[in-house]
Amino acid sequence: MTREFWINGVLALLLLAAPFIALAFGESFYVTLATRVAILALAAVGLNLALGLGGLVSFGHAAFFGIGGYAAGLLAAEGFTSMPVIWLIGAVVAGLVALATGAVSLRTSGVYFIMITLAFAQMIYYFVISWPTLGGEDGLSLALRNEFPFVNTLKPLDFFLIAYGLLLLALFIFARLRAARFGAALEGARQNETRLASLGIEVFPVRLWAFVLSAMITSVAGALYADLNRFVSPSMLSWHMSGELIVIVLLGGVGRLFGPVAGAAVFVLLEFALGGLTEHWQFFLGLILLGTVLFARGGLLALFAGKAHHG
Amino acid sequence: MTFALFAEQLLNGLQFGVTLFLMAAGLTLIFGVMGLINLAHGSLYMVGAFACAAVAAWTGSFWLGLVASLAAAAGAGALVELLVVRRLYDRDHLDQVLATFALILIFSEAMRWLFGPFPLYLDMPALLQGAVTLPGGIDYPLYRLAIIVVGIAVAVGLHLLIARTRIGMRIRAGSSDREMIAALGVDIGKLYTIVFALGAALAGFAGALVGVNQSVQVGMGEPVLILAFVVIVIGGIGSLRGALIGALLVGVIDTMGRFLLPQAFTLVMEPSAAATTGASLASMLIYIVMALILAFRPRGLFAPA
Amino acid sequence: MAEPVLALVRLAKSFGALKVTDGVSLDLRPGEVHALIGPNGAGKSTLIHQIAGSIRPDAGAIHFLGHDVGQLSVAKRARLGLARSFQVSSLLLDFSALRNVMLALQARQGSSFRFWRPVMRDKALTDRAMAMLERVGLAARADIAAGALSHGERRRLEIAVALGLEPKAFLLDEPMAGMGPEGSKELTRFLDGLRQEAPILLVEHDMDAVFALADRISVLFYGRIIASGSPAEIRADAEVRKAYLGEPQ
Repeated sequence: MTREFWINGVLALLLLAAPFIALAFGESFYVTLATRVAILALAAVGLNLALGLGGLVSFGHAAFFGIGGYAAGLLAAEGFTSMPVIWLIGAVVAGLVALATGAVSLRTSGVYFIMITLAFAQMIYYFVISWPTLGGEDGLSLALRNEFPFVNTLKPLDFFLIAYGLLLLALFIFARLRAARFGAALEGARQNETRLASLGIEVFPVRLWAFVLSAMITSVAGALYADLNRFVSPSMLSWHMSGELIVIVLLGGVGRLFGPVAGAAVFVLLEFALGGLTEHWQFFLGLILLGTVLFARGGLLALFAGKAHHG
Repeated sequence: MTFALFAEQLLNGLQFGVTLFLMAAGLTLIFGVMGLINLAHGSLYMVGAFACAAVAAWTGSFWLGLVASLAAAAGAGALVELLVVRRLYDRDHLDQVLATFALILIFSEAMRWLFGPFPLYLDMPALLQGAVTLPGGIDYPLYRLAIIVVGIAVAVGLHLLIARTRIGMRIRAGSSDREMIAALGVDIGKLYTIVFALGAALAGFAGALVGVNQSVQVGMGEPVLILAFVVIVIGGIGSLRGALIGALLVGVIDTMGRFLLPQAFTLVMEPSAAATTGASLASMLIYIVMALILAFRPRGLFAPA
Repeated sequence: MAEPVLALVRLAKSFGALKVTDGVSLDLRPGEVHALIGPNGAGKSTLIHQIAGSIRPDAGAIHFLGHDVGQLSVAKRARLGLARSFQVSSLLLDFSALRNVMLALQARQGSSFRFWRPVMRDKALTDRAMAMLERVGLAARADIAAGALSHGERRRLEIAVALGLEPKAFLLDEPMAGMGPEGSKELTRFLDGLRQEAPILLVEHDMDAVFALADRISVLFYGRIIASGSPAEIRADAEVRKAYLGEPQ
């Protein structure tokens, strides 16, 4: 077992223990904070599939996050309140949107890809705020949290456990994909596209699949996020959100299994701690991010677990 | 719909297009010469607008404000290049995205810190108030017309700068053969700072010009930045000509789409539904155009080889 | 005479006014090593690119195993059995030597769209990849990342990856580049045995290797084949001497 394996285990346990400890001290607010970490980590696991394994710098994942959120809001308004159904529908819609936008954007690479994914996400953002039944700039409110069989989703701890369970599931899926033939082709394409083609592997469909799967995972996180806040806002679709997801992946460590978990925890805690100190916390968040990019390459996990291994 | 209204919308589209060009020109130069994707370009636009509004309010002169916007944006650009951006040239695009995203947070919050949470307003200079009557009997605001003229003048000036001057020759060489011009003894670091400051000044200038028609506030640069990305993706990243044509295309298509689509839909549906459907589609129109162009030309219309 | 495996028919390619490939016809027959030589700038790289599929010719045809492959993508040609090695090592540097070869086997054996089963538990891949590494003498370095291998080891790994494709023809672009004299000799012996598996089109600057290995040699000069024949014929050819040495006829 490598050092990274143990660090991952500790991270998983810490995140699980946090809400229990918080409740023992009667601080239920921290349960919400831990849930936020789990949800953002889940969204970032999705992005990490495209960005980390595939090297596809998508600056438009907020679109998929938002699609999941709006699926939750709209379906709840129509009376469909089962979370698994909502996740499924949201994921299918996000997957189809990713298929269409990916088919165009994956024909390009490098900065073109970054800007085009950003532009498509922006297109969806403008569509949503201009379409009347989607609530415009005000977004949609959820009267109650959606339902999950045998669980009272209104209890913070129960809801946390749902989010945590999905996060573990997504991490498991990520690990299997990475280890499978698909992951080998995807990681190969990131390292050397020409080489892959000369082996006889078409790069485009591999990347398109990765992009679609990545979008689907991120959309489930969006649905949970809507349920957490009982509110869907167009800001879920904004390019700031896309930027934050990239930040989370990079903070933790690109392409690492638990990178998104470490990144989300640090991001949420930073936001919370700085927000308590000064109303201009974004200024300092920016400085910290800048410092991380310039001086701590490879993300947090690289500091503790060394350079990434790829078997 | 009258001809006059149509012509007015077309001019509005052109005016929007030239302001987009001022943004896109800097972005595409910076990418072409240094290979850098700069998300913080919208922040420099915002800095220009704030500088213009603040100086104009303080001195009472829009023109001094305009000078201040150029100076502040160029200064901020040069500072950012020296302190941060030059460490990013050798990094991959992901690091550039993240670092310049961080710069946006810093700039936005700094502006909020300095100027407070409320928007500033910028008065139109007396000289450019009112309307002019154009051939064909169209009354058009003088200020907007002036923006079009200035924008075209800047485009011509930039072309001459790049094509005819010594510094332009170095910029062209810098984008095609970095080692060669370093070997010829040109101070490449200084050249990069100048190019970055030039791009920043153009963005700040655009911010100041637009600040008259809109309120000057934090975050104002971001929608423009994303449109400028669309522009240079359509035009071909690194191409100044592509930036100009892309900008005019995006400006005109966006404006005319918002004007014509809701009316077009009234032919097939009832007015209120037509208005909302048309407006929604119009807001997506340029992205659809971008997708179509890329489907046929993945590197844009005028991508340099 | 046996049907050629690979045949180029009057291939032409220009960049602007410069004819980099000017009516090149050559073929590769079963069991042979056909060496393509020529001074720098003769157009060898462009020709390799056209055969592999990364550059489209302006005119002419490329036949491979009876298929007209001129319009096929790089990946499709590779799947038909054309294995290319690169002049500058082009390995997946984050992956171990073993996984580099495994990916070639994966490409050869079928789909990359298997999402669930870990490749490292796929004995069909790991054992065969190990066997390939053993053939090039890299078995002991199987777990080392390609990026951490020495230059000579990378060149051998390139060959192992090509072997993993179980190709119908090898397209080797300067496999000896940057090897010391010992390494070159060893690799020459290895390639000598390889021709039994599939014929080799060899682009090489190392003339000792070329004359030791080649059954036939073609000389490319400013985009044209100026001579083609056995090593002895090429040695004696006046055109070739002129092209290389500038000797008068």
